[in-house]
This record gives sequence, C-alpha cells and structure tokens, in this order.
Amino acid sequence: MKTPLAGGAGSATGVQVALPRSRASGRSGLARALEHEQLLAAGLLAPTIILLGLFIAYPFVMGVWLSLSDTSVGNPGRFVGLQNFVKAWQDSIFRTAFGNTVFYTFWATLFKLALGMWLALLLNRHFRGKRLVRASMLLPFIIPTVLSTFAWRWMFDPTFSVLNWTLYKTGFIVTKLPFLSDGTWAMWCAIVINTWRGMPFFAITLLAGLQTINPDLHEAASLDGANAWRRFWHVTWPLLKPVTLVVVVFSVIQTFSDFQLIYVLTGGGPANSTHLVATYAYQIGVATGLLGEGAAISLFMLPVLLIVVWAQLRYLRRLEGA
Amino acid sequence: MVIERRWKTWVFFYLPLTLFVIGTLFPFYWMFITAIRPDAELYRSWRAVNNAPFWTLQPTLAHVNDLLAKTTFPRWLWNTFFIAVVSTGISLFCGLLGGYALARLRFPMAGMLGTSIFVTYLVPPTLLFIPLADIIRSFQLGNTPWALILTYPTFLIPFCTWLLMGYFKTIPRELEECARIDGATRFGAMVRIIFPIAVPGILSAGIFAFTLSWNEFIYALVFLSSPERKTVPVGVVSELIRGDIYFWGQLMAGALLGSVPVALVYSFFVEYYVTGLTGSVKG
Repeated sequence: MKTPLAGGAGSATGVQVALPRSRASGRSGLARALEHEQLLAAGLLAPTIILLGLFIAYPFVMGVWLSLSDTSVGNPGRFVGLQNFVKAWQDSIFRTAFGNTVFYTFWATLFKLALGMWLALLLNRHFRGKRLVRASMLLPFIIPTVLSTFAWRWMFDPTFSVLNWTLYKTGFIVTKLPFLSDGTWAMWCAIVINTWRGMPFFAITLLAGLQTINPDLHEAASLDGANAWRRFWHVTWPLLKPVTLVVVVFSVIQTFSDFQLIYVLTGGGPANSTHLVATYAYQIGVATGLLGEGAAISLFMLPVLLIVVWAQLRYLRRLEGA
Repeated sequence: MVIERRWKTWVFFYLPLTLFVIGTLFPFYWMFITAIRPDAELYRSWRAVNNAPFWTLQPTLAHVNDLLAKTTFPRWLWNTFFIAVVSTGISLFCGLLGGYALARLRFPMAGMLGTSIFVTYLVPPTLLFIPLADIIRSFQLGNTPWALILTYPTFLIPFCTWLLMGYFKTIPRELEECARIDGATRFGAMVRIIFPIAVPGILSAGIFAFTLSWNEFIYALVFLSSPERKTVPVGVVSELIRGDIYFWGQLMAGALLGSVPVALVYSFFVEYYVTGLTGSVKG
C-alpha cells in the first residue's frame, strides 16, 4: 500500500513543477502534461492520494507505532514491544468486549440478512404505495444512528419504558423487563437496534438484485410445480448469492467496528458487560488517555477485518476472471 | 404471474409488510410524541392509571423552544451542515478526477491503485481514531471544523471514486474520441463531455456522501471539544445531558430536528440515494 502512494505523490509533484513556469511556455508545458496519459493520471489522482495517504496510511503506521509504545496524553512514550497486546489479552474486560463484538456481529448480521431478504421479497411485488413504503423503509438507515439510538434508549428506559407498559397492559408480563440494566438483556437490545438500523440497507440492495432476475424463470419453475419456498431456494437464492455476499461483507465490517450504538445505549455498562472492542478502545485511549494501550486494543479488530477484506477481494477477482 | 388465493396474500404479504412498516417507523413516531409531550405527562409511572402513552392530549412546543433558545443547538445544525457540505464537495472533486483516471487512462499500477482505494473504503474509522487524534493535534487542527472537513473525505473519497469509476465505465469511449477528433484536449473532453453526462452519478455520490457525513460520530466526538463547535450528534450526546439527568423531551426534540435536514435531502432525492446505496456495494 505504501509504494503506489509514494510513487503517485512523486509524479504528482512533476505536474506541479510544470505549473509555475513563465506564462507562454508554461501554458504549453501544462497542456503537454495534460495530453500525456500517465502525467494526467498522476495529476488527477494526486488529491486523492495525498488525502488518503495523510489521513489513512499515515495514521495506520502511527497506530502501529503507538500500540508498541507506552504513549499517553502528554507523555511521548518509548518502545515497549508487544506489552500492550499482552496486557489487553490478559484483561478480563477486554476479553468480554472481544467476545461481545463477535456475538453482536454474528447475530446482528444474521438477523439483518434474514429480515432484509424477507423485506426485499415483499417489496419486489407490485402494490399501491410501493414507492412510499420503500422510501420510508430506508429512514432508519438515513437518520443519524446516535439520534435514533436515543429514541430506542428512551423506549427501553428503566422507569418509563413504553415497551414495558404495552407488555404489562396486554398481560404478557407482570413485572418490568430489565432492558438495559442487565448485561445480557442490554446486548440483545443492542442487537435489535443494530438490526433495525441495518436491515433497510440489506433490503434495498437485495431488492436491486432481485429486480435483475428474469420473471420468466419463476414462471417456468412454477409451471414445473415448484412451490414458493422451492422457487426461492432453487431460483432466486443462487442468482442473488453474489450481491448477498458483498452486502454481508460490508455489514460485517461495519458491525464489527461499531461504536456509536453502544456508546449511546449503555456506554459499555452495566459493569463493563456490554463493551465492544471500539468502545473499550475509546474508554482506554481517549477517556483514560492511555494512547498506546487504546491503539493496541483497536488493532485487535484488524485480523478479523483483514480476513473479511481478503475474502472480498478474492471473490471480486474470481468474478472478474469468470 | 403466479396466482394466489386472497387470504394467502393477506397473511403472507400485507400482514408482514404492515409489521415491517410499524417496526421501522415506531421509533420515529415515539421521538415525535415525546418531543411534544409536556413534562408532567412524560415522567409518570409506567403503571399509573389513565395513562395514554401512545398520544398526548396537551401537545406543547416547550421542549423545542427551550432547545432553540437555551442551548447551542442551532449552532450545531449549522456546523454539521457546513462540514457535511464542504467535505462532500472535496470528496466529489477527488472522486471525479480519480474515478476518471482509473476508468479511462492507462498508467502503471492502475490496478493496484484501484485495489488500494477499495481497501481504504473498507477501513473503519474506529480503527484509526486514536492515532488520528494525535495527528490532528500535531497539525494544530484540534477543535476546528477543518479537523472533520479533512478527515471525513477519508471514508467518502473511496466511495465516490468507486461509484463514479463504475459510472464512467458505462459511458461509451466514442463520445470522447469524437470530441478529441474535433480538436478538444484530453482534459477538455473529460470536463466538457464526460462530466456533464455523469451528473446523475455525481448527484448519487453527493447525496450518499452528505448523509454519511451528517451521520459521522466518532471523529467529531474525539476531535472537537468546545460546545459551540460541535456537530448535532455529538452535541446532543454530550451537551443535552446535564450530569446524570436526561431531559427526554428536549433530547427527543433535538433528535427530531437533527434528523429533519438529512431526511429532507433524502426525500427529494430518494432515487439518487438508492442508486448510490446499491452502487456502493457493486464491485
């Protein structure tokens, strides 16, 4: 990743050197550079490469360095080897957080896929007000997560929960449900909210995939006597698999690195039982100011993300090869 | 079309669809009801008799007025808007140029650059916020809008580049070649022939990028500290809760008003947004 960045930035300066010449020869020099395919490419890509290099590649290298040092706010820090990683792994809160992150990602992605697929199949039919329904279904995905999570938090409020009220009045419960005051309950609440927010993304992308499937295939299958479930399993699903895989990869990355939902809903509580890797990294790195340890904790996300990205790239290559 | 019985349509279609609609929209309805409900009604025990929690008989604008007059909320709205617009503009600019280069020009390492940009697209902000905070500090950008305007493009540019690259590939090369035969320069053909055709793609990328920057939270939380500099999501979280006390009426009014601009932009450009959304995951 470093080499193209350095190469691109180098040739970009070549273009900029051509700029400030004297007016007459400068114009033709610039014009020549713009006609030259490779110089033009370097010039066009320069802003992107500079911004991404400065604010993604550089922080990444810096993060690796921080994680190997004992830097804290106001203390430049020295090299300590893998000490931060070992310390994190021996920390029971970190282990809980890592376990939570895997649990949260697995269930939330599964629910989003199942419900998103169902909703996509429903929306693929013709009915009155379809455009309006589809547009409103995307609302949870548009509205800032922090703000909608506040609404959920209010709905899960220990004293004034509307859900408790409804369940109590309809006779399903006799005493309050401990939505956010119990660690396990709170984790499931977070999964519900994440599913609520992410499901439209699945539904709309899968719907776009569904619309590319030729209806004649379904017609043919039903003439051959296939029922709705078999039509889905043998016709729709195989054709939908490529887009599903891509959506799942995106969702896994976003869910695994989630921060805002837990930060607003529980802040990692009660008793640090609902931390995710990202919220715990924030607590150690920013709230406590131990930059080195915080950076190490957030780097624990990297192996999982790398595997997912690698799988995605391999899959894309295979599609291009096919 | 496959023929179905009537009751089947109701059970397998209308019923689930209705449940989906209710489940999706109820939190927003609840936000709205809480925002206009007087405090006396808000904080009543959940078992109190005669409690009608699903609507209110005395709607009030007190929470909204308090929010607009007594807090810096209007300022946060403006900050969020300004930051979202400028960082979207920067990202579109970079994405247009970069996407064109990757789609049309031949140069060494084009494939590798395309892959690296795609990989940065998948880097989540939570992986980098700690070192990035350090870098922002050393660039003297801490607590300024520029901290966000310069870092939001890191997740917007890869997306814009990817989407626009796909769009450029669908435009026939012949159009450009004709312009070049007529004497246009390569750059001129790009700006005057290709970019105007790509306007729908640009709009899709722009709308999507705008909603993403409106939604961003962790960078804004870490890089900004003074109350009047904050964005809506961070301001609502950190300034509307005083101590441990939650003023739910005001919080929900803030959540509602903070969602309106982005919902409005979305509602005007639903189709473009959907194109951006589905395009964002296409390889």
